[in-house]
Amino acid sequence: MASFLVAEARNRATIATLGRALPFNVIAVTTEDDQLWLRPSPGLWRMRRAEVATISVLLAALCGLILGSAGGPVPGTVASLVLLALGGLEAWFLRRRFRAWRYQERHEDLIVARGVMVQRLSVVPYGRMQFVEVTAGPVERLFQLSTVKLHTAAAASDARIPGLERTEAARLRDRLTELGESMAAGM
Amino acid sequence: MTAAPPDLPQPDEDWCRLHPLTPIARVGRLVPALVLLFLVSTVHSKAENGTAETDYLIAFTLISAVYGYIHWMVTRWRFEGDTLRIETGLIRKDSRRLPLARIQAVDIVRPFLARLLGVSELRIRLAGSGGTDGKLAYLSEHQAAELRLVLLAGHIDTEAATSSNTGLPIATVDTGRLLASVFLSLVTIVIIGTVAALALLDQFEPKTAAAAAGILAVYLLSAAGIIWRRLSGQYAFIAVEAPEGVRIRRGLLQTISETVPYARIQAVRQVEPLLWRPFGWCRLEVDVAGATARNQRGEGTSVVRKALLPVGSQQDSWHLLARLLGAPDPARTAPPGRARLKAPLSFHFLSAGHDSTHAVCVTGRINRATTWVPLEKTQSIRRVQGPLQRPLGLATVHVDVAGKRARAEFRDREVEEADQLVAELTALSRSARQRDRRVPPTPDGGAAPSGWYPDPAGRHEHRYWHEGRWTEHVANGGRRSADAPTPTTAP
Repeated sequence: MASFLVAEARNRATIATLGRALPFNVIAVTTEDDQLWLRPSPGLWRMRRAEVATISVLLAALCGLILGSAGGPVPGTVASLVLLALGGLEAWFLRRRFRAWRYQERHEDLIVARGVMVQRLSVVPYGRMQFVEVTAGPVERLFQLSTVKLHTAAAASDARIPGLERTEAARLRDRLTELGESMAAGM
Repeated sequence: MTAAPPDLPQPDEDWCRLHPLTPIARVGRLVPALVLLFLVSTVHSKAENGTAETDYLIAFTLISAVYGYIHWMVTRWRFEGDTLRIETGLIRKDSRRLPLARIQAVDIVRPFLARLLGVSELRIRLAGSGGTDGKLAYLSEHQAAELRLVLLAGHIDTEAATSSNTGLPIATVDTGRLLASVFLSLVTIVIIGTVAALALLDQFEPKTAAAAAGILAVYLLSAAGIIWRRLSGQYAFIAVEAPEGVRIRRGLLQTISETVPYARIQAVRQVEPLLWRPFGWCRLEVDVAGATARNQRGEGTSVVRKALLPVGSQQDSWHLLARLLGAPDPARTAPPGRARLKAPLSFHFLSAGHDSTHAVCVTGRINRATTWVPLEKTQSIRRVQGPLQRPLGLATVHVDVAGKRARAEFRDREVEEADQLVAELTALSRSARQRDRRVPPTPDGGAAPSGWYPDPAGRHEHRYWHEGRWTEHVANGGRRSADAPTPTTAP
């Protein structure tokens, strides 16, 4: 772990030290081996911001034009402003949600914590991993990000980490594969 | 890499065929559809002149009979070492090999006509990816029973297997109780209520009642179908103890004989419906890992929910549970009283607990459902806190096992308790898993004796394991080749 930190320090700009600014008390469940809590890249927040901005500006312009041509300038302007404000609110929610993503690679399991309204924490043993999936949609590719998903036989396991930089995603994939193989357990 | 691996066992037996009555039994499956078609066409052809449709029907029957015969001609099976090979298909050849080590369960199914002819269908379910299940339809009853023993012998001692047909019955369901339990179900009550309402309506407004009856007839018929399926599916239910698991026989027209292997049980659920509770009845369901062809993404292991006991007393249920999970009885505790604010409708049932090997939880609003989960089957542990739970200082802990629905839920516990539960359950399931770990282990373990094992990467059928590591020697259908072992990386 430590040697890796030195080797790829650039990707570690987003390291959150143990327990700092965590959304809820996860320290209680993770006292046995102190690993670093890692967070998705700030690129994820940039991506979310860009998505919300694009969509709300487009919607505001469209509604403003339609209402403006149908009912005069006042309703048009009001509609645009309301939509922009909604976009701002959404951005605030997304910001909080982005800050809530955490993951920790422990010796035997991966912990993923996420969520603001509904706070979730999943503990997935490496031995239960069936395969690791790395996906990157068109928008994610634009921001050079990937999503890593750990699949187990349980549909509810849901260990997904979005917004990882490509190198970090590849590192995580390799590490998870390696650990999953060395600890594989039967059904 | 080092030692030359020994040769695979050579194919040593001749091809076997299915039972000669197979074509008749296969065509027999079409009989109800044909009768229906025939009725429709006779009614139809009264209006117009024409026996053409009847001719079509005869031709259709003939073609299916010929097809059935050809299918029987080209289908054959045999053992090749420790794999069962089934070949079928005239135009599109289908040859599948079922490694005995990967067989999860073998079911014997006997449709009505097959019972009359004295033949059975053998269904073989494998672990691993979907679409690999095997089917042998039809074999003679004796042959099917014998073959099942041979197929399942890989799991258990062969000596034990020979005596497994004479197990002791653990639970039976008599017809009276089955009828009563089906009668006391929501479907029956809805049917009776609807019919009563229609009869009442008929007294005052016959026209409206007739129209409503016409509309509701379809629903009533399908509801009656559900009741019929329950009755005929669970008729003469008997659970017998066998070395590899609990064997179940049931069915009125079509009899099904299936096995629930102990090692594959993911969760056991006991449901007590409201209407059954005065009689102290319950039903038991079990989630068993296996593979089905209709797995959505064609990968992973799917889980089948099976009725283990359609209706029984608490004693019956407890008796069965003791056989399946070794009488797990962890102390259960209820969540704190303020959880009533968050879950007003289910609070009266909520409780959960765990010991070092099992987790148990009780949930439900109207029907009480108790779920037992062996901790060595844990796939993940989750702690979830919703917006309603946070101000109350509550959190829910899930213990997930394989499948979509199976899990134990510690609902609405104190936050401190939930945190402690996550840590405890993680540690307990880790140690339970280590006890459970089997050969062949992964390259760290090194405990397995050298030999051929299923290829961990899945590219080949077998790969040779020697002195604690996978070698480049692989084998497919008895033919050997070389392919360097690579880690099973994800796509």
